Amino acid sequence: MEGRQEAGKENKPSSTSVDPQGDSSLQVEISDAVSERDKVKFTVQTKSCLPHFAQTEFSVVRQHEEFIWLHDAYVENEEYAGLIIPPAPPRPDFEASREKLQKLGEGDSSITREEFAKMKQELEAEYLAIFKKTVAMHEVFLQRLAAHPTLRRDHNFFVFLEYGQDLSVRGKNRKELLGGFLRNIVKSADEALITSMSGLKEVDDFFEHERTFLLEYHTRIRDACLRADRVMQSHKCLADDYIPMSAALSSLGTQEVNQLKTSFLKLAELFERLRKLEGRVASDEDLKLSDMLRYYMRDSQAAKDLLYRRLRALADYENANKALDKARTRNREVRTAESNQQLCCRRFERLSDSAKQELMDFKSRRVSSFRKNLIELAELELKHAKASTLLLRNTLVALKGEP
Amino acid sequence: MPVLKVAQTCYEGDGNKSARVFHRQHSKRAVREAPLAQSSGRAKMAAEREPPPLGDGKPTDFEELEDGEDLFTSTVSTLESSPSSPEPASLPAEDVSTNSNGRKPAEVVLDDDREDLFAEATEEVSLDSPEREPILSSEPSPAVTPVTPTTLIAPRMESKSISAPVIFDRSREEIEEEANGDVFDIEIGVSDPEKVGDGMNAYMAYRVTTKTSLSMFSKSEFSVKRRFSDFLGLHSKLASKYLHVGYIVPPAPEKSIVGMTKVKVGKEDSSSTEFVEKRRAALERYLQRTVKHPTLLQDPDLRQFLESSELPRAVNTQALSGAGILRMVNKAADAVNKMTIKMNESDAWFEEKQQQFENLDQQLRKLHASVEALVCHRKELSANTAAFAKSAAMLGNSEDHTALSRALSQLAEVEEKIDQLHQEQAFADFYMFSELLSDYIRLIAAVKGVFDHRMKCWQKWEDAQITLLKKRETEAKMMVANKPDKIQQAKNEIREWEAKVQQGERDFEQISKTIRKEVGRFEAKRVKDFKTVIIKYLESLVQTQQQLIKYWEAFLPEAKAIA
Repeated sequence: MEGRQEAGKENKPSSTSVDPQGDSSLQVEISDAVSERDKVKFTVQTKSCLPHFAQTEFSVVRQHEEFIWLHDAYVENEEYAGLIIPPAPPRPDFEASREKLQKLGEGDSSITREEFAKMKQELEAEYLAIFKKTVAMHEVFLQRLAAHPTLRRDHNFFVFLEYGQDLSVRGKNRKELLGGFLRNIVKSADEALITSMSGLKEVDDFFEHERTFLLEYHTRIRDACLRADRVMQSHKCLADDYIPMSAALSSLGTQEVNQLKTSFLKLAELFERLRKLEGRVASDEDLKLSDMLRYYMRDSQAAKDLLYRRLRALADYENANKALDKARTRNREVRTAESNQQLCCRRFERLSDSAKQELMDFKSRRVSSFRKNLIELAELELKHAKASTLLLRNTLVALKGEP
Repeated sequence: MPVLKVAQTCYEGDGNKSARVFHRQHSKRAVREAPLAQSSGRAKMAAEREPPPLGDGKPTDFEELEDGEDLFTSTVSTLESSPSSPEPASLPAEDVSTNSNGRKPAEVVLDDDREDLFAEATEEVSLDSPEREPILSSEPSPAVTPVTPTTLIAPRMESKSISAPVIFDRSREEIEEEANGDVFDIEIGVSDPEKVGDGMNAYMAYRVTTKTSLSMFSKSEFSVKRRFSDFLGLHSKLASKYLHVGYIVPPAPEKSIVGMTKVKVGKEDSSSTEFVEKRRAALERYLQRTVKHPTLLQDPDLRQFLESSELPRAVNTQALSGAGILRMVNKAADAVNKMTIKMNESDAWFEEKQQQFENLDQQLRKLHASVEALVCHRKELSANTAAFAKSAAMLGNSEDHTALSRALSQLAEVEEKIDQLHQEQAFADFYMFSELLSDYIRLIAAVKGVFDHRMKCWQKWEDAQITLLKKRETEAKMMVANKPDKIQQAKNEIREWEAKVQQGERDFEQISKTIRKEVGRFEAKRVKDFKTVIIKYLESLVQTQQQLIKYWEAFLPEAKAIA
């Protein structure tokens, strides 16, 4: 199934706002995307006047795995330990959509040709919507990196943007996936261990508060996201129900010989239009609500990861302190212990400072994003409700006006 | 027949005259048919009445009236003077009520016969032709309230009288009413379901309230308690009386063993309350439809159902009873018979209509299935919205930015209200749209049944003709063999079967006529029903959207207030 996306800034379903920080020295966007059998190819276009790059405007073609590689590179880089690494875009998943299209193709002989055409249209629209979303998510990832003063200067980032050839980054094989999975487990075990460690006291109220806040927030936003998804699905189901209803009313209308003929036909038309409106309600809720919640679920996870790293640094610092004390008592390798401790201390303080800034940015980003999306959601809901009312009223007038 | 010719010529003239011509015919008929009718009642009636003088006294016409004057002469004539005629009609009420319970085939003939008097008369002047209507509608005085044969059973009809199978002497008003279909001043409500008894013998009792200004009821407002099997019993009685002569008797709501068991067992959950409500609404619609049927409204069983405080328990309606199984078997036998009857359809109208109803049935079923899916998904949407509202509220609580926190709480409230809205809309989807469709699917089954009865009626006539032929052959054989006693017997049998053939033909024509009228009435009602419900349903959708607008408009400033 082929799909192309000419992504201009207007038609992007941007559920997150990326502050350009007024600096247009590095602009990244996904100007095109092609969906092939089982992968999506994104055309990443960069416009920059930075001296580092060979040209001012250039593009490369990247696949999802290469985005993941970039993300992991950031995460593993010690230098960025004190920063919130923008969450990686989710893998493009057309499975569900493809399956539905296939099932439709296999054919249910009881549906008419018009119904079949409409359902096919619906599924194709769904496919297109998923496609657009995946493009948007990949784009937002890159744009956040480009906007961040520190992250944008990363060497790997430049390579990603500029290197014309394939980065030869293969997808993770099973061993690596398993490894990643285990690493996560270790991390959370470690975290649990650190926090329960006696003597490890959070000195900073700010971080104490942030920790409790983020833990709860992350769980709840994940919940809200799942449920918003279900609401959106129900809306879609409802919209799809109008297809057979409209078809049956159409047949009834054509068969009737009395006054009900026009009534049924008008009703069939009405339900067809309501279907489209209902579908739009579903997709708007998806974009403005579900997607936003999903993004901040991931972002809050990234923030949690940052806190973990800081906590780890604190634990290391504590350990270094203990080691220094021990060394001093034994009067052995004091120098190394001292330098180690100082390293840990500096690291910890560096992390704390940047983490504080990052977390405050996270909050303001979150607030402004929610604001924008909630306003847009309300406005769209109003728009659709008003359109539905108008449609219904017109039909009522037409029906009542008949003898 | 000379009389008929006169009838025809008189017909073009003024209505009154033609009415009188009919009297003559009827009276003659009354005499001839009396022995066949086995109705002492009718003869008694006729004998007890003095024919009051006609208003404008045309003695010549009257002289031609024969002795066995029937009710109608007198009543029609008195109508020109004063509407006192209906009183005596109460006499036959008792006769008929004894007839109505436990009807046997013989009495079927009786009923048909009464109606047949007029049927034949009107047939021969091609009553069914469209020209008929305008002639009648130019009827001068709307005060003429015709008393039709079936009013024998119903005394004291109000001026808004019901038209019966006989179109004779209908006023314009009545024809308009026929077109409108439900100007009868009677409203039925079914309410207050309450559980009576315990365990598996428990049942729900419903209050049936009637509000009416019709004088055939003793009070203008009254109520009784009835249980579901009573309704089934009523339908069973009405069906046995009227279905086979071509009346579309509205079907009763369906039994549901599962649903009722839950209620009996005492589960006080929402699904049993929903079930009871669904049933209550269905019973109400069933009664409303039944009383709006002009002929059925006259039926004493219906009146007894609505009025009397005690009703004999209808036992044969039990789900797994012997009678129930017998009925199932009979239905199956009927279905087989239907397939084997090959009828020579002389009237294209019937074939056309049958096809139309078949198509309608199919499409309504499809629509009904899709509306049921809609109801289901809307309920799901409501549940999911409620769940989302809760998690949005939780999120709002966690959120440490005050303005955003407040906005999220507001969002949660909006979503909760929307969930309520969806629930109400699902309710409307179901009770307005879905139930209307399922009612009509079952009504159409009744219509199909009536067409089937016509086929059976034809078959009976056919069979009589075949038998007559055989009897004639037998007679011829006997004549050749010269067996005088057998010849006599054959002649007797021939006479008997000739009468049966005639009866068969009459029955067939009667049922055909009744069906035509019933279908006309049914279609008019259907159009009205659907239009009304569609409009109501769309209005409910408008309501929902308007509420949505209100809620989101209230939310918008909250979202904008996030700083």
